[in-house]
Amino acid sequence: MNKEKQSFEEDLKKLQKIVEELAGGKLTLGESLKKYEEGIKLAQGCSSVLNEAQRKVELLMKKEGKYSLENFKDGLQEAEGK
Amino acid sequence: MPKDKAAAQRVYTVTEITQDIKLILENTFGEIWVEGEISNFKAHTSGHFYFSLKDQDSLLAAVMFSRANSNIKFKVEDGLKVICFGKVTVYKQRGQYQLIVEKIEPKGIGAQQLAFEQLKNKLYKEGLFDPKHKRPLSLMPFCAGIVTSSTGAAVRDILQILKKGSPCTDAVIRSVKVQGEGAAEEIAAAVNDFNEYGQVDTVIICRGGGSIEDLWAFNEEIVARAIYNSRIPVISAVGHQINITLSDLAADVFVETPSAAAKIIVDKKNALLAGLEGYRYELNASLSEIIHRLQRNLITLKYMLKSPLDRLLEKEQFLDELTNSLNTNLMHCLKFAKERFTHLAARLEALSPLAILARGYSLSMLMPGGIIIKDASKLKAGDSVKTVLGKGAFLSSVGEVITNEQRKTVI
Repeated sequence: MNKEKQSFEEDLKKLQKIVEELAGGKLTLGESLKKYEEGIKLAQGCSSVLNEAQRKVELLMKKEGKYSLENFKDGLQEAEGK
Repeated sequence: MPKDKAAAQRVYTVTEITQDIKLILENTFGEIWVEGEISNFKAHTSGHFYFSLKDQDSLLAAVMFSRANSNIKFKVEDGLKVICFGKVTVYKQRGQYQLIVEKIEPKGIGAQQLAFEQLKNKLYKEGLFDPKHKRPLSLMPFCAGIVTSSTGAAVRDILQILKKGSPCTDAVIRSVKVQGEGAAEEIAAAVNDFNEYGQVDTVIICRGGGSIEDLWAFNEEIVARAIYNSRIPVISAVGHQINITLSDLAADVFVETPSAAAKIIVDKKNALLAGLEGYRYELNASLSEIIHRLQRNLITLKYMLKSPLDRLLEKEQFLDELTNSLNTNLMHCLKFAKERFTHLAARLEALSPLAILARGYSLSMLMPGGIIIKDASKLKAGDSVKTVLGKGAFLSSVGEVITNEQRKTVI
C-alpha cells in the first residue's frame, strides 16, 4: 500500500473537519482561504487515490515461517496483455 | 403330565436360566432398530457410552462401545431423540438385558445437521457470533486478502469485479483447499497467515457454490475460531447457498457469493467518491458565502466612510436649503405687512376730516393760532377766524358770540 492509501482515512477525517470549520463561518478571510485550499487539495488527493487503477494481484506464499509474494497469473491479466 | 408339575421338577441354576433367557432374547430379536430418547447418558473414561433409551412407559438400557462411538459426528446427550441399531443382549453378571448399540442416528434430522446445530449452539454460547465482537470493515479496503482456491471460480469473480469497479484495491491470494480432507485446517491457517503477514486490511473467505457437503469445511469449528480471532475484519462469502455456514456467522460481514463480497468494496469506493464530490461542493459553497458576506460588509463600510469634502458639500447644501426657506418666510412677512398697511390706510381715509368737510361740514380755527373752535364761548367779537370748507377756506371776523341756548333757537 502506498503512502496516500495509508493516510487515506486520516486525510478524509481532516477534510471532514475542514468542511465543518468552513461552513461554521467563524474564520477570517485569510484562514478561510487557507482552509479552502487545503480542503480542495485533500479532496483531490483522496479522489485520485480512489481512482487509481494500478492494482496488484499477488499470491501470498509461506516458507519456513517467512512470507513472500508471487505474481498471480490469471486469465484476466493475460487478456489485458500484462 | 400337567405343566406345572413338570416345571416343578426342573430346578435351574441362575446361570442356566440366565443363559436360556439370553439365548431366547438374542435369537428372537437379533439385530434391530430401536427408537427412543436418551437419558442417564454417561461417557465412561474407557470411551464407552452408557445410557438408557426411554419413551413414555418404558426404559431400555443401552451400551455403545468406544469402537462404535468414535465416529459419531454429533454430540450424544440427554434428551436427544435417536434411532439406534444394535443387538439385544443379556448382561449376565447383573441379570440385565440391554441394547448393544452399533449405530446411532438423530431422529428427524441428519447426523451432520445435528452436529452443525450443536456446534453452532456451543460457539454461540461462547460469544463467537456476538455482534458486539464484530469489527467494522475499513473505511476503504485497499488491499484484500483472499482465502480461497487460486484456481476456483470464486477468485476469478472477485478479481473481475474489483478490476472493473475498484481498481485501486490490491488483492493478495492465499490459496487453500476449499473442500475435502484438511480444507478446514488450511482455511483457518490462511486466516491466521494474513493476520501474521499484516499487509492486508480486509480478509475475504470464499468459495463458489456447491452441495452442503462441499461447503462443510466452512462449518468447522477451527475455521469459525480463526475468523473470530482475526484482527483484520473478515468478509465471509461461501457460495450460492441458502444455508448459513459457521464461517458466515463468525465473520464481521457475510454475503451469499464471492461477487457480492467484491461488490461491497466497489460500493464503498463509489460512496466515498460521491462523498468527496459532496465535500468539494460544500467547500465551494462555504467559500462563496464567505466572500458574499464580505462584499456586503464592504458596501456598508464604504457608505459609512465618506470624504471630508463630501461632508462640507453636504453642509453647504443644507445651508442653501435654510437660506431658501428664510427668503420664503421673509416674503411672506412683507406681503402680510403690505396687506395690513393697505387695510389701515383705507380705514384712515374713512376717518379723515377732509372727507367730512366734503359732505358740507366746515371747520373753524381761531387765528392766528389755528386752534380748532369747538366752543363759541371761547370766542369774542372781532376775533379773526379761518374757516376751512370742503373746497378752499376763508377768513372772517366774529360779529357776535351766540351761546348754546341761543343756538338751539336759531336752528
